[in-house]
Amino acid sequence: MIGLSHYLILSAILFSIGLVGILRRRNILMLLFATEIMLNATNIAFVAISDNYGDLTGQMFAFYIIAIAASEVAVGLGLLIVLYKRHGSLDLDDLASMRG
Amino acid sequence: MFENFIASLMTVEGFAFYLFSILTIGLFLVTVLSKNILYAMTSLAAGMILISGFFFILGADFLGVIQIIVYVGAIMALYAFAMMFFDATRNIKENNTNAPLVFILGGLSALMLVMMFAAPIHSDAIVALYPMTEGVGNVQDVGMVLFTKYLIPFEVAALMLLVAMISGIILAGKKMDNSLTEDTSADDEILITKDEK
Repeated sequence: MIGLSHYLILSAILFSIGLVGILRRRNILMLLFATEIMLNATNIAFVAISDNYGDLTGQMFAFYIIAIAASEVAVGLGLLIVLYKRHGSLDLDDLASMRG
Repeated sequence: MFENFIASLMTVEGFAFYLFSILTIGLFLVTVLSKNILYAMTSLAAGMILISGFFFILGADFLGVIQIIVYVGAIMALYAFAMMFFDATRNIKENNTNAPLVFILGGLSALMLVMMFAAPIHSDAIVALYPMTEGVGNVQDVGMVLFTKYLIPFEVAALMLLVAMISGIILAGKKMDNSLTEDTSADDEILITKDEK
Protein backbone atom coordinates (compact mmCIF):
# COMPACT_ATOMS: atom_id res chain seq x y z
CA MET A 1 0.00 0.00 0.00
CA ILE A 2 1.25 3.49 -0.82
CA GLY A 3 1.39 5.60 2.33
CA LEU A 4 2.37 9.09 3.30
CA SER A 5 6.06 8.23 3.69
CA HIS A 6 6.29 7.08 0.07
CA TYR A 7 5.25 10.51 -1.13
CA LEU A 8 7.46 12.31 1.39
CA ILE A 9 10.51 10.30 0.35
CA LEU A 10 9.78 11.01 -3.32
CA SER A 11 9.46 14.69 -2.46
CA ALA A 12 12.79 14.62 -0.61
CA ILE A 13 14.51 12.96 -3.59
CA LEU A 14 13.10 15.52 -6.03
CA PHE A 15 14.10 18.37 -3.70
CA SER A 16 17.66 17.02 -3.56
CA ILE A 17 17.78 16.82 -7.36
CA GLY A 18 16.86 20.49 -7.46
CA LEU A 19 19.47 21.26 -4.81
CA VAL A 20 22.19 19.48 -6.80
CA GLY A 21 21.11 21.50 -9.83
CA ILE A 22 21.40 24.78 -7.88
CA LEU A 23 24.83 23.84 -6.55
CA ARG A 24 26.22 22.45 -9.78
CA ARG A 25 25.04 24.64 -12.64
CA ARG A 26 26.59 28.00 -13.52
CA ASN A 27 23.91 29.14 -15.99
CA ILE A 28 21.20 31.35 -14.46
CA LEU A 29 18.45 29.85 -16.61
CA MET A 30 19.36 26.40 -15.28
CA LEU A 31 19.21 27.79 -11.75
CA LEU A 32 15.62 28.92 -12.44
CA PHE A 33 14.78 25.41 -13.72
CA ALA A 34 16.23 23.88 -10.55
CA THR A 35 14.16 26.29 -8.44
CA GLU A 36 11.03 25.09 -10.23
CA ILE A 37 11.95 21.49 -9.40
CA MET A 38 12.36 22.34 -5.71
CA LEU A 39 9.02 24.18 -5.59
CA ASN A 40 7.29 21.20 -7.20
CA ALA A 41 8.85 18.81 -4.70
CA THR A 42 7.42 20.82 -1.80
CA ASN A 43 4.05 20.88 -3.55
CA ILE A 44 3.98 17.07 -3.63
CA ALA A 45 4.76 16.94 0.11
CA PHE A 46 2.01 19.48 0.90
CA VAL A 47 -0.64 17.64 -1.11
CA ALA A 48 0.36 14.23 0.31
CA ILE A 49 0.08 15.50 3.90
CA SER A 50 -3.22 17.19 3.02
CA ASP A 51 -4.54 13.86 1.72
CA ASN A 52 -3.25 11.97 4.75
CA TYR A 53 -4.95 14.16 7.35
CA GLY A 54 -8.06 14.91 5.29
CA ASP A 55 -7.24 18.61 5.57
CA LEU A 56 -7.51 21.19 2.81
CA THR A 57 -4.85 23.54 4.20
CA GLY A 58 -2.03 21.72 2.40
CA GLN A 59 -3.75 22.13 -0.93
CA MET A 60 -4.23 25.84 -0.23
CA PHE A 61 -0.51 26.24 0.44
CA ALA A 62 0.34 24.36 -2.76
CA PHE A 63 -2.03 26.70 -4.60
CA TYR A 64 -0.21 29.79 -3.32
CA ILE A 65 3.18 28.22 -4.06
CA ILE A 66 2.09 27.84 -7.69
CA ALA A 67 1.04 31.53 -7.77
CA ILE A 68 4.40 32.57 -6.28
CA ALA A 69 6.28 30.39 -8.80
CA ALA A 70 4.41 32.03 -11.67
CA SER A 71 5.27 35.57 -10.55
CA GLU A 72 8.86 34.52 -9.79
CA VAL A 73 9.26 33.29 -13.35
CA ALA A 74 7.79 36.49 -14.80
CA VAL A 75 10.16 38.75 -12.85
CA GLY A 76 13.15 36.38 -13.15
CA LEU A 77 12.90 36.06 -16.91
CA GLY A 78 12.57 39.84 -17.28
CA LEU A 79 15.75 40.31 -15.26
CA LEU A 80 17.49 37.59 -17.32
CA ILE A 81 16.61 39.35 -20.56
CA VAL A 82 18.02 42.65 -19.24
CA LEU A 83 21.19 40.85 -18.08
CA TYR A 84 21.61 39.11 -21.42
CA LYS A 85 21.21 42.37 -23.35
CA ARG A 86 23.79 44.05 -21.14
CA HIS A 87 26.43 41.29 -20.85
CA GLY A 88 25.69 38.87 -23.69
CA SER A 89 26.03 35.92 -21.39
CA LEU A 90 24.09 34.11 -18.69
CA ASP A 91 27.05 32.41 -17.06
CA LEU A 92 27.51 33.29 -13.42
CA ASP A 93 31.30 33.32 -13.76
CA ASP A 94 31.13 35.93 -16.54
CA LEU A 95 28.66 38.04 -14.61
CA ALA A 96 30.73 38.21 -11.44
CA SER A 97 31.75 41.86 -11.45
CA MET A 98 32.92 42.08 -7.84
CA ARG A 99 36.03 39.96 -7.50
CA GLY A 100 35.73 38.98 -3.89
CA MET B 1 9.46 -6.04 2.30
CA PHE B 2 9.87 -7.26 -1.28
CA GLU B 3 6.48 -9.00 -1.24
CA ASN B 4 4.95 -5.73 -0.09
CA PHE B 5 6.51 -3.95 -3.05
CA ILE B 6 5.18 -6.54 -5.50
CA ALA B 7 1.72 -6.43 -3.90
CA SER B 8 1.62 -2.63 -4.09
CA LEU B 9 2.61 -2.81 -7.76
CA MET B 10 -0.52 -4.87 -8.39
CA THR B 11 -2.84 -2.07 -7.26
CA VAL B 12 -3.66 0.80 -9.59
CA GLU B 13 -2.46 3.45 -7.14
CA GLY B 14 0.84 1.67 -6.44
CA PHE B 15 1.59 1.01 -10.10
CA ALA B 16 0.83 4.63 -11.03
CA PHE B 17 2.91 5.92 -8.12
CA TYR B 18 6.01 3.89 -8.99
CA LEU B 19 5.70 4.58 -12.73
CA PHE B 20 5.25 8.33 -12.21
CA SER B 21 8.00 8.59 -9.62
CA ILE B 22 10.59 6.77 -11.74
CA LEU B 23 9.70 8.88 -14.78
CA THR B 24 9.69 12.14 -12.80
CA ILE B 25 13.04 11.47 -11.16
CA GLY B 26 14.55 10.52 -14.52
CA LEU B 27 13.17 13.56 -16.32
CA PHE B 28 14.28 15.98 -13.59
CA LEU B 29 17.75 14.40 -13.62
CA VAL B 30 17.87 15.14 -17.35
CA THR B 31 16.84 18.73 -16.59
CA VAL B 32 19.59 19.18 -14.02
CA LEU B 33 22.39 17.38 -15.86
CA SER B 34 21.70 18.24 -19.51
CA LYS B 35 24.04 20.51 -21.47
CA ASN B 36 21.32 21.68 -23.84
CA ILE B 37 18.76 24.23 -22.62
CA LEU B 38 16.04 22.95 -24.97
CA TYR B 39 16.39 19.38 -23.66
CA ALA B 40 16.29 20.69 -20.09
CA MET B 41 13.16 22.75 -20.74
CA THR B 42 11.30 19.94 -22.50
CA SER B 43 12.07 17.38 -19.82
CA LEU B 44 11.06 19.89 -17.14
CA ALA B 45 7.68 20.37 -18.87
CA ALA B 46 7.16 16.60 -19.08
CA GLY B 47 8.06 16.20 -15.41
CA MET B 48 5.55 18.90 -14.45
CA ILE B 49 2.76 17.01 -16.27
CA LEU B 50 3.72 13.79 -14.45
CA ILE B 51 3.66 15.64 -11.11
CA SER B 52 0.05 16.59 -11.82
CA GLY B 53 -0.51 12.82 -12.01
CA PHE B 54 0.49 12.57 -8.34
CA PHE B 55 -2.06 15.26 -7.51
CA PHE B 56 -4.78 13.28 -9.29
CA ILE B 57 -3.81 10.11 -7.37
CA LEU B 58 -3.98 12.05 -4.11
CA GLY B 59 -7.49 13.29 -4.85
CA ALA B 60 -6.49 16.93 -5.41
CA ASP B 61 -8.16 17.24 -8.81
CA PHE B 62 -8.32 21.03 -8.90
CA LEU B 63 -4.63 21.39 -8.06
CA GLY B 64 -3.73 18.84 -10.75
CA VAL B 65 -5.57 20.82 -13.41
CA ILE B 66 -4.02 24.07 -12.13
CA GLN B 67 -0.58 22.42 -12.27
CA ILE B 68 -1.05 21.52 -15.95
CA ILE B 69 -2.53 24.91 -16.91
CA VAL B 70 -0.16 27.16 -14.97
CA TYR B 71 3.10 25.25 -15.08
CA VAL B 72 2.99 23.62 -18.49
CA GLY B 73 0.71 26.13 -20.16
CA ALA B 74 1.97 29.42 -18.76
CA ILE B 75 5.40 29.03 -17.19
CA MET B 76 6.83 26.73 -19.84
CA ALA B 77 5.39 28.93 -22.60
CA LEU B 78 7.08 31.90 -20.94
CA TYR B 79 10.40 30.03 -20.89
CA ALA B 80 9.91 29.08 -24.53
CA PHE B 81 9.37 32.74 -25.42
CA ALA B 82 12.44 33.74 -23.43
CA MET B 83 14.42 31.21 -25.50
CA MET B 84 14.07 33.59 -28.45
CA PHE B 85 16.26 36.12 -26.65
CA PHE B 86 18.94 33.61 -25.68
CA ASP B 87 20.93 31.42 -28.03
CA ALA B 88 19.27 28.16 -27.06
CA THR B 89 20.54 25.78 -29.70
CA ARG B 90 24.16 26.11 -28.61
CA ASN B 91 25.36 23.81 -25.86
CA ILE B 92 26.20 25.49 -22.57
CA LYS B 93 29.84 25.51 -21.63
CA GLU B 94 30.30 25.55 -17.90
CA ASN B 95 33.30 24.90 -15.77
CA ASN B 96 31.93 22.65 -13.09
CA THR B 97 34.42 22.82 -10.31
CA ASN B 98 34.15 20.43 -7.41
CA ALA B 99 31.54 18.11 -8.96
CA PRO B 100 32.19 15.33 -6.38
CA LEU B 101 31.68 17.81 -3.54
CA VAL B 102 28.34 18.89 -4.99
CA PHE B 103 27.12 15.32 -5.33
CA ILE B 104 28.29 14.46 -1.81
CA LEU B 105 26.47 17.52 -0.40
CA GLY B 106 23.34 16.75 -2.41
CA GLY B 107 23.39 13.10 -1.42
CA LEU B 108 23.89 13.93 2.24
CA SER B 109 20.99 16.39 2.23
CA ALA B 110 18.83 13.79 0.44
CA LEU B 111 19.70 11.24 3.12
CA MET B 112 18.92 13.73 5.88
CA LEU B 113 15.58 14.72 4.33
CA VAL B 114 14.58 11.08 3.77
CA MET B 115 15.42 10.21 7.38
CA MET B 116 13.43 13.21 8.61
CA PHE B 117 10.41 12.37 6.47
CA ALA B 118 10.55 8.62 7.06
CA ALA B 119 10.50 9.08 10.84
CA PRO B 120 7.15 8.05 12.33
CA ILE B 121 4.93 10.90 13.52
CA HIS B 122 3.91 10.41 17.16
CA SER B 123 1.25 12.96 17.88
CA ASP B 124 -2.47 12.82 18.48
CA ALA B 125 -2.68 16.59 18.57
CA ILE B 126 -2.71 16.90 14.76
CA VAL B 127 -6.29 17.59 13.73
CA ALA B 128 -7.62 18.88 10.43
CA LEU B 129 -8.09 22.65 10.48
CA TYR B 130 -10.34 22.72 7.42
CA PRO B 131 -11.49 19.11 6.97
CA MET B 132 -12.67 17.84 3.61
CA THR B 133 -16.46 17.68 3.38
CA GLU B 134 -18.04 14.31 2.65
CA GLY B 135 -19.99 13.95 -0.56
CA VAL B 136 -18.59 17.15 -2.06
CA GLY B 137 -16.21 17.22 -4.99
CA ASN B 138 -12.65 18.49 -4.58
CA VAL B 139 -13.17 21.57 -6.75
CA GLN B 140 -16.24 22.70 -4.78
CA ASP B 141 -14.46 21.98 -1.49
CA VAL B 142 -11.37 23.98 -2.49
CA GLY B 143 -13.57 26.82 -3.67
CA MET B 144 -15.47 26.98 -0.39
CA VAL B 145 -12.32 27.08 1.73
CA LEU B 146 -10.44 29.42 -0.64
CA PHE B 147 -13.18 32.04 -0.82
CA THR B 148 -14.07 32.03 2.87
CA LYS B 149 -11.02 31.22 5.00
CA TYR B 150 -8.26 32.21 2.56
CA LEU B 151 -9.90 35.19 0.88
CA ILE B 152 -7.35 37.84 1.94
CA PRO B 153 -4.30 35.77 0.90
CA PHE B 154 -6.11 35.18 -2.39
CA GLU B 155 -6.49 38.94 -2.96
CA VAL B 156 -2.86 39.52 -1.96
CA ALA B 157 -1.80 36.83 -4.44
CA ALA B 158 -3.79 38.64 -7.14
CA LEU B 159 -1.97 41.88 -6.28
CA MET B 160 1.37 40.04 -6.35
CA LEU B 161 0.62 38.64 -9.81
CA LEU B 162 -0.27 42.16 -11.01
CA VAL B 163 3.04 43.52 -9.69
CA ALA B 164 4.88 40.63 -11.36
CA MET B 165 3.10 41.30 -14.66
CA ILE B 166 3.98 45.02 -14.61
CA SER B 167 7.60 44.34 -13.69
CA GLY B 168 7.86 41.70 -16.41
CA ILE B 169 6.54 44.13 -19.02
CA ILE B 170 8.85 46.93 -17.86
CA LEU B 171 11.94 44.71 -17.72
CA ALA B 172 11.44 42.95 -21.03
CA GLY B 173 9.81 45.73 -23.05
CA LYS B 174 11.77 48.09 -25.27
CA LYS B 175 12.54 51.57 -23.93
CA MET B 176 10.34 50.95 -20.91
CA ASP B 177 13.09 51.96 -18.49
CA ASN B 178 12.81 55.71 -19.25
CA SER B 179 9.71 57.70 -18.46
CA LEU B 180 7.74 59.02 -21.41
CA THR B 181 6.46 62.11 -19.59
CA GLU B 182 9.87 63.19 -18.30
CA ASP B 183 11.64 62.34 -21.52
CA THR B 184 12.36 65.71 -23.22
CA SER B 185 13.72 64.08 -26.36
CA ALA B 186 10.27 62.64 -26.98
CA ASP B 187 8.87 66.19 -26.89
CA ASP B 188 11.50 67.31 -29.40
CA GLU B 189 10.58 64.45 -31.71
CA ILE B 190 6.93 65.48 -31.55
CA LEU B 191 7.85 69.14 -32.26
CA ILE B 192 10.06 68.12 -35.19
CA THR B 193 7.32 66.03 -36.75
CA LYS B 194 4.91 68.95 -36.25
CA ASP B 195 7.32 71.34 -37.97
CA GLU B 196 7.74 68.99 -40.89
CA LYS B 197 4.03 69.07 -41.42
